[in-house]
Amino acid sequence: MKICGPKLSLCGLIISVWGIIQLTLMGVFYYIHSVALIEDLPLEEHYSDPAEFYAAADMAYSQNAYNCWIAACIYIVTLVLSIQQFYANSRASV
Amino acid sequence: MGSLFRSEQMTLCQLFLQSEAAYACVSELGELGLVQFRDLNPDVNAFQRKFVNEVRRCDEMERKLRYLEKEIKKDGIPMLDTGDSPEAPQPREMIDLEATFEKLENELREVNQNAEALKRNFLELTELKHILRKTQVFFDEAAPTLSITSVRYMYQMADAHKEEEQVQLLGDEMRANAQAQNLKLGFVAGVILRERLPAFERMLWRACRGNVFLRQAQIESPLEDPSNGDKVFKSVFIIFFQGDQLKTRVKKICEGFRATLYPCPEAPSDRREMAMGVMTRIEDLNTVLGQTQDHRHRVLVAAAKNLKNWFVKVRKIKAIYHTLNLFNLDVTQKCLIAECWVPVLDIETIQLALRRGTERSGSSVPPILNRMQTFENPPTYNRTNKFTKAFQVLIDSYGIASYREMNPAPYTIITFPFLFSVMFGDLGHGSIMALFGLWMILKEKPLAAKKSDNEIWNIFFGGRYIIFLMGAFSMYTGFIYNDIFSKSLNIFGSRWRINYNASTIVENHILQLDPKGADYLQSPYPFGMDPVWQIAPLNKIIFQNAYKMKISIIFGVIHMIFGVMMSLMNYRYFNDKISVLTQFVPQIIFLIFLFFYMTLLMFIKWVRYSAAETGQFSEGCAPSILITFINMVLFKPSEAKGDCSPYMFAGQAYIQKFLVVVALLCVPVMLLAKPIHIMKSRKQAQHQPIMPVENGDAEGGVNQENLARTAEHGGHGEHEEEEMSEIFIHQGIHTIEYVLGSVSHTASYLRLWALSLAHAQLAEVLWNMVLQNALKQKGWMGGVALWAIFAFWGVLTVGILVLMEGLSAFLHTLRLHWVEFQSKFYSGLGYAFTPFSFDVILEQGSSGPVDGGD
Repeated sequence: MKICGPKLSLCGLIISVWGIIQLTLMGVFYYIHSVALIEDLPLEEHYSDPAEFYAAADMAYSQNAYNCWIAACIYIVTLVLSIQQFYANSRASV
Repeated sequence: MGSLFRSEQMTLCQLFLQSEAAYACVSELGELGLVQFRDLNPDVNAFQRKFVNEVRRCDEMERKLRYLEKEIKKDGIPMLDTGDSPEAPQPREMIDLEATFEKLENELREVNQNAEALKRNFLELTELKHILRKTQVFFDEAAPTLSITSVRYMYQMADAHKEEEQVQLLGDEMRANAQAQNLKLGFVAGVILRERLPAFERMLWRACRGNVFLRQAQIESPLEDPSNGDKVFKSVFIIFFQGDQLKTRVKKICEGFRATLYPCPEAPSDRREMAMGVMTRIEDLNTVLGQTQDHRHRVLVAAAKNLKNWFVKVRKIKAIYHTLNLFNLDVTQKCLIAECWVPVLDIETIQLALRRGTERSGSSVPPILNRMQTFENPPTYNRTNKFTKAFQVLIDSYGIASYREMNPAPYTIITFPFLFSVMFGDLGHGSIMALFGLWMILKEKPLAAKKSDNEIWNIFFGGRYIIFLMGAFSMYTGFIYNDIFSKSLNIFGSRWRINYNASTIVENHILQLDPKGADYLQSPYPFGMDPVWQIAPLNKIIFQNAYKMKISIIFGVIHMIFGVMMSLMNYRYFNDKISVLTQFVPQIIFLIFLFFYMTLLMFIKWVRYSAAETGQFSEGCAPSILITFINMVLFKPSEAKGDCSPYMFAGQAYIQKFLVVVALLCVPVMLLAKPIHIMKSRKQAQHQPIMPVENGDAEGGVNQENLARTAEHGGHGEHEEEEMSEIFIHQGIHTIEYVLGSVSHTASYLRLWALSLAHAQLAEVLWNMVLQNALKQKGWMGGVALWAIFAFWGVLTVGILVLMEGLSAFLHTLRLHWVEFQSKFYSGLGYAFTPFSFDVILEQGSSGPVDGGD
């Protein structure tokens, strides 16, 4: 069954592969509490004491790591869809 | 000397070919593609040349082939393209080919004509069928026997809203009369294009003053127009009227609207009989049509197998005769004389090819290839392979190198991707670009075989090696800048530590890390920028700017010095000792004493000053390079700030003064030395007119070395024709250009810093404005948001950062090469070597439609 054309399916394919690689890696980096990604955490402006901040940061890091892996998993689904569409298109064109 | 660094040595040759062998020899040379023929009869127009008849026959054959191709494409039959190129056939085979094409074309035309006639017939019958079917309905509606009253009734119904007009047109008593007279109603039936119907109806109404009655019905299925094969929608109509006058009028209107009228019998039984007849005829026609189509298909399939092959053959024959037209006939009419440029290294191969050609033609007299002396500038021919070709194209689009001039292309292979990557430094973007380039390189053969017409794709594909190298180099600079999609990688562990206690961190908004103390481990990050800078938003840019500006200037000065060194290679090659002394030496001194000295200051500053030192060489005492340089040129003494000396080493003030004075003294040398030398040597030449000039030896010289020298000295001879004042003016322009150029070109290399800063900032903005939105989502919905926003961010990254920024960095790199680098040595006044080659001719023939006939 064809839903999208050859160009869209190719585009989806490439973005899916890219997304799987990058988001998995970003998930790993969040998981090991990479400092470079601290600006990309859902944190408040102020915390009353450091312990609370550390707890919130730890929470946010692991939450973001899981979110990255979830997105990567959705991209696996997108990848499978795109591959199916891509083959459907290439079969149709032959 | 490798041929990559300079263009090939060329020589002008005279070629004597026996008339019988000429065709075969030229065909061999065309396969070889190493010979550029010169037109020996430029005054003769195209119609007076010897082989004009053959060329015309080839044109005719090509036209027939194009006709066949068009028909084949129309039927969607795949054409066999084996990609091999058959040898040019013998001239006698041309007649066979012509006969074959003639037969094919005639057959095809006949089939097409027959098919068209049949289709027209078929269309008529189908229309008639529809008329019979639809009118049946009209007649049924209008009551079994056509009585005037019933028609009149319908008539009024149809035009109820125009009652008034009707009253005016036909008075009451007239209507009564008409009824009384019991006239016989006539009708015509036909078919008309659906879009013409409204106009037709209005026209009928006006022209017949409303005295006709039109009924119409649409034919649901589209009909095929036999002349152009389009599908058209038509409608059946039937017009009732009264009297002969109206009949002629109606018929004329029908004619005017291109409606086709068909006879339609009145009696229902007749109509039924006719419908039966029509049906059987349609069936017969269908079988005949099918057979015609089959026949056409068979003819075309047979032709499609050979079409590409034939095209190649015909184009080769045509190219050979075209070339033969450039030749001269000698007096005895026995042989043809050609003049051609050939690369010296390939003379052996060419002679071999000529011998093959002679053998093939069965001629006994071997062709003679004779080298000639000439003062003309030979064409520039750089041998390239698929890798160097793209770089050579970049250079050639600025200007074809003068003959035997230094070719910048080999150096460009490294400098181009490198300067590009300085501006495009990002590991992520670089790897996207490199992967794209790598994909094109790995899939080279299948992609090249596709022969796309897409211009942008062809540009990308042609530059696949450049793209790959640019991407790979950008990955390297991305590592150095420690940038991957504007984030940093902490691979080796940052060399900075935070030693503040918890309360200080909690209370202060901004804190500094001191490189002097324990905050810095006193050894740099092993490779590239320390990742700590990424989370130091306040002074990251300040730090990077100082670094990137300095490396831009350093690369720029080295690049320019390299360009000036290339000019030395040129002068030495052309034996121009005067220019070495009067041009190269002052130029390089000027550049090194001012600008290279400035880059030395940068290194001294990097090496000597450090936060670990105290006193004179502490970090606070480091002088600004730019201020030092400006003071140096303006002879202003630098002022000391507190305890810090403004100088980096002892005696710097004196050395600087010396450097500036020498550099400035070079300017008048550049300006005057060469013209004065020329003036002097001219005077000498006038005093001693009998002294043999170097031109003299060249007359006896046969080898190419001498030839190059004569060409060079021939150039000198032209120079001597020039007015002395003009020489001075030219030299003045060159000097000003060089001196001011050194300043502005050095500054121009700052674009390396500017673009790299812009690229890094844009990448950061894109991350913060787009992807961060998804990452800052709280809870589990963040994953889904990330999925959607990541795709958006990816598209923007490729579109803006890789494509647009890449294009802009590419153009800036191109400019740095064309203007800043090549202006130092490259004159680019040559003309390209365009050999007679079948490959090129076929490439052009298949990519663009050849406008034959002229």
